[in-house]
Amino acid sequence: MTTAPPETAVTATPAAKPAKDTKPRSIKVLIWDLDNTLWDGTLLEGDDVRPRPGVVETIRTLDQRGILQSVASKNDHGAAWARLEALGLAEFFLYPKIDWSSKAANVEQIVRSINVGMDAVAFIDDQPFERDEVGHSLPEVLTLDATEAATLTERPEFKPRFLTDESALRRSMYQADIERNRAEEGFVGPAEEFLAALDMRFTLGPARLEDLQRAEELTVRTNQLNSTGQTYSYEELDELRRSSDHLLLIAGLDDRYGTYGKIGLALVETGGPVWRLKLLLMSCRVMSRGVGTIMLQHILSLAKQAGARLQADFRSTDRNRMMLVTYKFAGFRQIERDGDLLTLEHDLETIQPFPDYVRVDLG
Amino acid sequence: MDDRKQKIKLFLSRFFRNHDLAHDEDIFALGFVNSLLAMQLVQFVEKEFGVTVEDDDLDLDNFRSIDAIDRLVEGKLAPTP
Repeated sequence: MTTAPPETAVTATPAAKPAKDTKPRSIKVLIWDLDNTLWDGTLLEGDDVRPRPGVVETIRTLDQRGILQSVASKNDHGAAWARLEALGLAEFFLYPKIDWSSKAANVEQIVRSINVGMDAVAFIDDQPFERDEVGHSLPEVLTLDATEAATLTERPEFKPRFLTDESALRRSMYQADIERNRAEEGFVGPAEEFLAALDMRFTLGPARLEDLQRAEELTVRTNQLNSTGQTYSYEELDELRRSSDHLLLIAGLDDRYGTYGKIGLALVETGGPVWRLKLLLMSCRVMSRGVGTIMLQHILSLAKQAGARLQADFRSTDRNRMMLVTYKFAGFRQIERDGDLLTLEHDLETIQPFPDYVRVDLG
Repeated sequence: MDDRKQKIKLFLSRFFRNHDLAHDEDIFALGFVNSLLAMQLVQFVEKEFGVTVEDDDLDLDNFRSIDAIDRLVEGKLAPTP
């Protein structure tokens, strides 16, 4: 599904994906055992445990590729975590489960916290018993023997299709999100005050060549918040970016906890007297941040300055009703329906200013 | 009917904490309506009152205030002649 940080999905979850036998699956989360897997020896038997050959390189390489990692180990939490910190490895692991519960239960809990599909998860352990237990309870999880640790990065499941600047940032974006969510849960007061406390900086400008891989990734990954359900390839986006009668905008967001990366995309056809907003999408991670509305406000202003009218396409995909609601609540009205394609228009008379809880940099 | 307004108010108060929302107060003028809140509001109305909000009902004026939402639901529940 998605490797975006925990989402507050308000629409139904999609049906289970059909098994793909032809293409190797793509692993998004790797969960490590510790004793005799990540390191040699048994910590609680007093061994001076050291990482096994190749393990540190594997962890670093997977992290750069945007594959998230965690730990499920039957161990003393304090001692094991202190050892991981001393080895400089603790920061690589999200939601570690180090206790005496069953590995299957712990793997399940880690995966639920990260919020990915079970078929995107691998578990590595030297003990056949643990691998079998996980494989039995969670048959979709890829189980691997510790002997594979040094060569994991060669396996096709661990070579993601997309490698963007954000891949290397993915883990830190999750870590920022964990802190952000904790702060939000503990916050008492109006939601707007919380948003103001985040100190958000929003950037919005024409997509550059180096943004296109991420732009393609956004169209492929974002289902709930895509106004037409359409996806665009790198080549198509590059052509649109250079076309004189199109505007391809990409949005980014940062706050005091770190970056969210590039989180929104809009495609406007600007050739005629009526501008047409062909695509508006945003990452699920930012739907409570008012980002869609800011993108719309900017596009409305541009159209008004150019003396153009502004229409928008909306095509229902069963999952993207939120985008229709976003358009309607931003003041768009439906003017035409052709099958499942709606045409909406904004009269450009009243355009709200940007909300004051966010700083907007227009590139 | 007042019971319905009370339910709507209770739902909205989760988003406008520390603010006693009047029945005719414009929630959009209060400033904070993002895509998530908007969607949750539509789903709340559908689930809580057992009505279907059609594409055509998705209008700012139908969701502007507690009174407006109540009128929308009232209209939806009224028997069609």
